[in-house]
This record gives sequence, structure tokens and C-alpha cells, in this order.
Amino acid sequence: MSTLTISPSPHVHSGDSVKKNMYGVILALIPALIISVYNFGLGAIVVTATAVVSCMLFEHLIQKFLLKQETTIWDGSAMITGLLLAFNIPSNLPIFIIIIGALISIGVGKMSFGGLGNNPFNPALVGRVFLLISYPVQMTSWPIAKALPFSYTDVTTGATPLSVMKEALANGELPTNVLHEIPSYRDLFLGLQGGSAGEMAGIAILLGLGFMLFRKIITWHIPTAVIGSVFIFTGLLHWINPLMYAPPMFHVLSGGLFLGAVFMATDYSSSPMSKKGGLIFGIGIGVLTVAIRVFGAYPEGISFAILIMNAFVPLIDKYIKPKRFGEKPAVAK
Amino acid sequence: MLKTFSLGGIHPPENKFSAGKKIEALPVPSQVAIPVSQHIGAPAKPIVKKGDAVKVGTLIAESAGFVSANIHSPVSGTVFKVDDIVDASGYRKPAIIINVDGDEWEENIDRSTELKKDITATPEEIVKAVANAGIVGLGGATFPSHVKLSVPPGKTCEVLILNAVECEPYLTADHQLMMEKGEEIMVGTQIIMKALKVDKAVIGIENNKPDAIKHMESLASSYPEITIEPLKVQYPQGGEKQLIDACIKRQIPSGKLPIEVGAVVQNVGTTLAVYEAVQKNKPLFERVVTITGKSVSKPSNFLTRIGTPLNNLIDAAGGLPEDTGKVIGGGPMMGKALVSTDIPITKGSSGVLIMPNEEAKRKPMQNCIKCSKCITVCPMGLEPYLLMTVSDKQVWDRAEEENIMDCIECGSCSYTCPSSRPLLDYIRLGKGKVGQIMRSRTK
Repeated sequence: MSTLTISPSPHVHSGDSVKKNMYGVILALIPALIISVYNFGLGAIVVTATAVVSCMLFEHLIQKFLLKQETTIWDGSAMITGLLLAFNIPSNLPIFIIIIGALISIGVGKMSFGGLGNNPFNPALVGRVFLLISYPVQMTSWPIAKALPFSYTDVTTGATPLSVMKEALANGELPTNVLHEIPSYRDLFLGLQGGSAGEMAGIAILLGLGFMLFRKIITWHIPTAVIGSVFIFTGLLHWINPLMYAPPMFHVLSGGLFLGAVFMATDYSSSPMSKKGGLIFGIGIGVLTVAIRVFGAYPEGISFAILIMNAFVPLIDKYIKPKRFGEKPAVAK
Repeated sequence: MLKTFSLGGIHPPENKFSAGKKIEALPVPSQVAIPVSQHIGAPAKPIVKKGDAVKVGTLIAESAGFVSANIHSPVSGTVFKVDDIVDASGYRKPAIIINVDGDEWEENIDRSTELKKDITATPEEIVKAVANAGIVGLGGATFPSHVKLSVPPGKTCEVLILNAVECEPYLTADHQLMMEKGEEIMVGTQIIMKALKVDKAVIGIENNKPDAIKHMESLASSYPEITIEPLKVQYPQGGEKQLIDACIKRQIPSGKLPIEVGAVVQNVGTTLAVYEAVQKNKPLFERVVTITGKSVSKPSNFLTRIGTPLNNLIDAAGGLPEDTGKVIGGGPMMGKALVSTDIPITKGSSGVLIMPNEEAKRKPMQNCIKCSKCITVCPMGLEPYLLMTVSDKQVWDRAEEENIMDCIECGSCSYTCPSSRPLLDYIRLGKGKVGQIMRSRTK
């Protein structure tokens, strides 16, 4: 023995790390990726690879040349942003648009705020919404699932269940009249619907959720609050006027609700710290999503809802505190 | 469902290598060094000088106030000098150094091993005997026990809770004590109950010690007022507030003492010391110390005289391993890293943990990723990430508002943090400063 190390307690560590959590999320995204490739073939592969590689590259370049920092691209966080961006865009999106999306996600959404852990908004959604506003046509022409597995841009496109619903409303039709054009709940749940590359299959996302809960990467609070509040809110509307409003199961199973609730809203740094805060945040997202879907201009509202609620996180964290020890009044006098 | 405390908690690897190892009496060393400050409160005043002859159990330093404790000689021999030595804190502090000669005990100490069940002392006599014997909390807090046995006027104690949780990984002293001295602990419990004037006692034991639970339950069957409460393994259950919450489902309000909810907590080792003081007239001059570690060749539980050099324990446990990187006084969660092995064992030494090099250093800190795991594990319901930030930014009023003083320094936050952030270091810093501000306000 030469010298003894002196440091304050505790002297042991759980061994948990940023990498373990981030790669855990990536593992949890694999089932959705498989469904995406199964549905959209080559397109899904090209979109995902482009998004992941460009997100990592932009993070590396910004750290090397602008911030003069050690690179952190292997901590897994940039890969997640890339995957989530890819899952949120159509699988036939031109490559240059994907690269712009990655630049906005990483450059504006993440690094401009100080990188890992400091972003107030979900970086992938920042990129996605930027693209939605800048390239509305490309961003809303969704390839039809399993149409042409080996081609990329030259595919047949079709509407998503939510846009069918929205168009019906716009044309003055009753939404319930177009329900027959929409896949069955079983097909929706298994991912047999049009939409963004990785958002379709509820079952794949739930598999990922189970894995993340098991590994204690996230808690159940936010996903449950989002999906639960969408179900209750749309259920209420449907109960008031079943002809005008689609049934709650349709809203829960279609669009990007599962992906948003499980992977986007639970982003560590843009969600509240306390569990109670997480419930409020999740309910806010659910209510806003339904409001946009049912009363707004866009067919899908989960991205906007999450971004809007992201802005409320500092406020939620300031006022919603975890239950302190000893708050429960003592029994004895 | 086993009981446990309601908020947070972690489950670090238990690594109880010395579990089941019989308590061995460590040979009396040739010289002992006895710091006069081994407890919380005023340091004791030495009443011996160079050349004085002492026996085992002779009073050598007197309590210097209500919150202070007597110190007795653990050996027989002559006082070599009263001088400053480096103790476990790493600072030089006054100590009484005694050269050992034979092992002659004071005549009034009953050295028989026979169990003395009849409690003849009155409550006042018990408190006095505990104070005279210099007993302090042996779980590591070293708070003078007679203070805890004196219920403040206007308060009533409803239940005595015995802390047999030993939630720190590695440590096994209390576990082994229950296996070997269970009867004495039962009588000790009754003595403390008599002093506190309560008719109910609960012994909380975590269920990673099934043999101790079984043994104590069989003993408790002849003491109807004592119940054994098996608890779910969860750190920091040995914390006073957590243990009370786990056993009787009452939470002590912020800034208050256990008596506020009608409870008094004593450690099992302390309870044995109380038995020995009251029934056998034996002052506190020896204790069980666990010496352990992954590379230690003979992890053991030694009955050690106070003042024995730590090096003697290490030698008896097979010597200091080659790969030693850190020596910790206490357990890995709340113990103190020692500056050297050349220090004496004191009343608060519950264990010594020798850690290999590769575990001695911390991992580099990364950005806070706001995963909120520190909040999930905090047993006090605090927000460690926020307390670290406000301490770092020196926003002391906000730190106070966010209940920084409630932190029990269990270390669950730093243990859990995926970014290896030194949360507790900063919180301690903040507590120090906020405590200072609060004290200056009341002046």
C-alpha cells in the first residue's frame, strides 16, 4: 500500500451510468424499428441511418469546432435523437430534408442550450416541427405500408387514419361515416397503418415501454398520464356526440400517440423532475393532443402538445414538490 | 408484506463477508491511546496524569456537561502521557495514552458470564448508571445514551424501538451480537423500558438476517412486551427517522426529535452495554468491531478494547491487502475515509472496511441528465439535484426553503446518480452554511 484515498461518503456507487440509460432506450426502440423496416422496407432503413448518422456527426462537429469540448456522441443521446427524428418523419423524405432536420434537432434543440441534460425541449421534436412547417408537403405524404419494400422515394403515398378523419371534418362529413376507411383496432395496434416511419405499431412501443420500466429507465407516470387522459377526453367527447367524435380507442391507437407518450414525453431533461409533476405534464400533453386533433388545423397534435408542455416544465418543477418526509401529521401528541 | 419506510431507499450489494463469524476477543495491545472526544458533545476532562496506575474500568476522563460522556480505562497499566494524537477525523486531538501491564480489572465489575435477569435499579438509578458507565450510541452516532433516556418534561415515550437493522453493507457486529448475546439484549431492553417508563418495545431487524430474527423471536416469546419486527431490506432503514417510520408508521416532522412521535430509538449494541453497566457494573471500554473488505483474508468480528490501534485489528484479520486503496471507518455508505491506519478504535467504531484500489476512486462527473433518480431514492423526499445546484450557486435562502437541513446524509443520491455527480458533497456544504445562517438568526 502506498497512499490511501480520502473522499467523503458514500464510498460505493450503483454502477448506473448515462450510457446504460441511453443504450437502454435505444434497445427499447428496436421493436419499433423492426416494424418500421417491415412496413416500409428500404425507406425506413435509409431514413433511420441518415438521421442517426447526421445527428451524431453534427453533435461531434459542434463540440469539436464551436464548443471545443470532448465529444460525447458515444453516450447514446445523439443516437436516440436521430432514431426518434427518423421515427417521426415519413419514410420517403428526401435525404437533404432529413439532414436539415438533424441539424436543427442537435444544433438548435440540444447543443445551443448546453448539450446533454440542458435542453428544455425535446430535440427530435424541435427538428420534426421545424420540418413540418418548412416542408409541409413532403412531411405529410406518407408512403403506404408494405407497398414497395425496395424503393425509396418512388412510392405510392396515402393518408393516415388521423388525416382521413380530419379531411372528413373539413368536407363537412361526419367522421363516423369514414370509419370504414380506417384499419381495424387490431391492425392499428399491430402497426398496419400509414404514418411516420416508427410511430405506427402500438405493440412495439409497449414492448419498449415494458423494457424501460423493467430496467428502471423511466417510471410509469408520464406515459400513463398521456394515454389515459387522451382516452378519457376523447371518450367524453364521443359520449357527448358519438356521430361527431371518433371513439376513444381510435384516438389512442392511431397516429404517434404511443411513440410520443412513451419515448418523446419521457425525455429526461425536458420532462418534470417529480412524479406528481410528471402526471400533470402528461395530462397536459393528452388534453392538448386531443384539442389539436379534434379542434385544430393539424390532424395530429402530439408533437405540438409535447413541445408546449415542455415549456411549462420549469414552472411545474418550481411548484410541484415531491412528498417530503414528515409532512404526514404525526399521530402522537 | 414486510414493513419498510415509506419514501425512497436503495439496495446496495450487502457483501456481509463477516456474517456468522464468532465474536473473538482481540488480545489486549501493549499500548492504548484513548481520545477524550469519542462522543457528540463536550470532550471529557482527563483526571489522570503521567505515571498514574489504572485498572480496567478506572475512570480516566470525566464527562464535561449533560451532553458529554465519561471515559474509562480499557486496560490496566500506567498512564504514559496525555498528549495530542491523530484520530479517525484526521485531526490532532488530546488523548490519554496508557502503557499496558497485565489485565487487572476493577473489583466492583462482575466478570461472570451468568445472566442476571432481575432488574432492581430504579429508573433514576438506571439513567445514572448509564451516565456513569460512559455509554454512547454504538451504532456510530455516539450520542450520549443517558440524554436519550431522560425524556424531556411534557413529553411521553410510548414505545422503545431497538435498532438491529445494520443496513450498512459489509457490517455484521450487531448481527453477531444478537446471535451470541440475545438474552442479555432482552434484559437490556427491559432495563431501558423501565428507565423510559414504557411498556412496549419493538426490535427492528432486516430480513437479510433470518437467523437473528428466528433467534430473537424465540427469546422474545418469554418477554410479551417485546416484539420482533422483520423488515424488508432497504437502505437507509437504520436511520432513526426511517426506522420509526418502518416500525410504527409515524414520521418525525422536520427538525424534530423521535420523542415528538412518542418513540425512543436505541441500537442493540448500546442495549447490551446498558445491560452490562446496570447489571454487571461494567463501564463501556470495549465493543464489537467488524473488520472486512473484498480482499481481506480473514473478515472478522472482534471484541476490541477502546484505544486499540487499528493496525492490530488489521493484522489479526490477516494483514493489510496489497491492493488497498481506501480504509473506511464505518460502512461504505456513511463511513469516513481514514487518513492512516495508525489510529485508535473508539466507542463509535462499528466497523472498518478495507477497499481495494479499483473501488477507491470515483468516476468522472458528467452533466446532470435530469433523470430524477436522486429524487426517487431520497428517503427524506428531497430533491438532491436541486440542492446541489443551489449550494453550488450559493442561493442559501432557496436551499433552506427546499428543506436542505432535513438531509440525513445517507448518500443514496450520490450512490444512484448515473452521471456520478457528487450530490451529497455539495449538499453537506450547503447544510453547513445554511445551519450557520439559521443559528445566527436565533441569536
